Amino acid sequence: MSAHEDFKLLTDGMKVPYFPGCTLKTTARNFEESALASARALGIEMVELPRWNCCGTVFSLSADDLIHHVASVRNLIRVQEMNKQGLVNENHRLVTLCSMCFNTLKRSNLRVKENAEDMKKINDLMYREEDYQGHVEVVHFIELIRDLGFGKVKRAVKKSLTELKVAPYYGCMILRPKEVSIDDPEAPTIMHEMLQALGTEVISTPYNKVCCGSYQTVQEKSTVVELAHEILTHAQKAGAEAMATTCPLCAFNLDNRQKEIVEKYPGFKKMPIFYITQLMAIAFDLDKKFYGFEQNFVDPKPLLKAKNLLKQ
Amino acid sequence: MEETKSPIMDRIAEANKSATTGIDSKDIKEWITIYIMGRGYKVPADLTVLTAMEYAGYKFVRSVGCRQGFCGACATVFRKKGDYKLQADMACQTRAEDGMYLVQIPFTPAEKASYDLTKEDYSPSVLIKYYPEVARCVSCNTCTKACPQDLEVMDYVQAALRGDFEALARDSFDCIQCGLCAMRCPAEIVQYHVGQLGRRLYGRNGLGAPKHLEKRVEEIQNGQFKKALDTVISCSDEELRKKYTAREIEPE
Repeated sequence: MSAHEDFKLLTDGMKVPYFPGCTLKTTARNFEESALASARALGIEMVELPRWNCCGTVFSLSADDLIHHVASVRNLIRVQEMNKQGLVNENHRLVTLCSMCFNTLKRSNLRVKENAEDMKKINDLMYREEDYQGHVEVVHFIELIRDLGFGKVKRAVKKSLTELKVAPYYGCMILRPKEVSIDDPEAPTIMHEMLQALGTEVISTPYNKVCCGSYQTVQEKSTVVELAHEILTHAQKAGAEAMATTCPLCAFNLDNRQKEIVEKYPGFKKMPIFYITQLMAIAFDLDKKFYGFEQNFVDPKPLLKAKNLLKQ
Repeated sequence: MEETKSPIMDRIAEANKSATTGIDSKDIKEWITIYIMGRGYKVPADLTVLTAMEYAGYKFVRSVGCRQGFCGACATVFRKKGDYKLQADMACQTRAEDGMYLVQIPFTPAEKASYDLTKEDYSPSVLIKYYPEVARCVSCNTCTKACPQDLEVMDYVQAALRGDFEALARDSFDCIQCGLCAMRCPAEIVQYHVGQLGRRLYGRNGLGAPKHLEKRVEEIQNGQFKKALDTVISCSDEELRKKYTAREIEPE
């Protein structure tokens, strides 16, 4: 049995509940489409929650602001319903792609798991739903892949991304606070390992977890322009030709804000920002329709063509 | 609606009882007491909230419409005896119960956006542009609990938030615009207006042109119905009445 077949046996028929979130259905469809296709290539079917609502968007830190955790908990109840309906064969995990959704869902989950009174108050607010039992575990897509083993990703690569110099950008939502971190919050390696498995030359930069400016992009565009400029130029100085992320908000700030960066710093050379799943789709040699480059602000096609990773 | 205050008005209301309820008070054995805006009224049991209020002497100018549960005009908010829950429904479809406290909500104040469908993009941002408060939804589901049509209101608000026009149109399709969802929403969303804009955008852009309509327009343009229409137009009043009475009626 080849290693690849061995891997297929491990994952074939794996059906795992998947929470998309609003952004993945609108401005980050390229993230969702590339991730779902890449997961399929690994034998994993990510089954969208049949009735999901907003994750809650931002984890509320107020002690008495329970109403802002209702959305998260309701989604976790939907996972229970999905299991009961036999739509999935994973009995506790919920997979997310968006870093922000991951953070909000996981933190709300922890809060109610650790606080029976909060759990009861939120359950009392439900209508026809059953109570949340507290058994769901919120995981990020790349955590799921790490659990299966990056060696297996490597064996699924049909077109190694050799010579493509990519700097991973973690942002904060998958690392902080440490209670929900998918890796060492100070020295993460999970994205490095994924990029290595895809064959890229991984570029490390100390700016890979420096804040991108987050929602300041709405009110204080200039703050984000400064931060993104710093993150991007440090990566470029270290030799990066592109960056990879898992967060639609980081992606927006690093990618779309390059328009304003060029206006302010005319010498700045634009650089493509990938969702890490887009690089997976390329390395797995999946159909081009799953790349979704039309939603990338800085066109990655010239770089990929130059590296012979995309046909002319 | 007007409350009858003078003795004369009370007498008029009394005289109207059999007309409004179709029953004579002498023949009524079961009576209940309901509280309309805090004041108790003895009314026959088994009436709807709407007819019970009319029995009590209220005359509706607003807050009433089809009386069949379709039009959404007679929203009522009530609490049942011994129950802390605030409930809402259509007055014409809700049975008056002993000890019920209630009030009619003749109108839900909400600004209705003005838009030109031919000039709007078919994109999620259109919904947010006209009704930005949609983004304030905390998924508390209070709207769903209030809906007399038993719609999954929160689900369609969430569909609006992520630009799923098909789900938005489908899940809000049976909305009767009564406004009770909006009256209860802690995020002050006007769900029924959002649903209407969503259905309009979906109807125009998501569904495609209906084939049967194109065919019928073609038939009309080809003069297929001209003869029948001319016949009707040339009829005398008497002939027209005869034809109308003898017309083919859709089966019940």
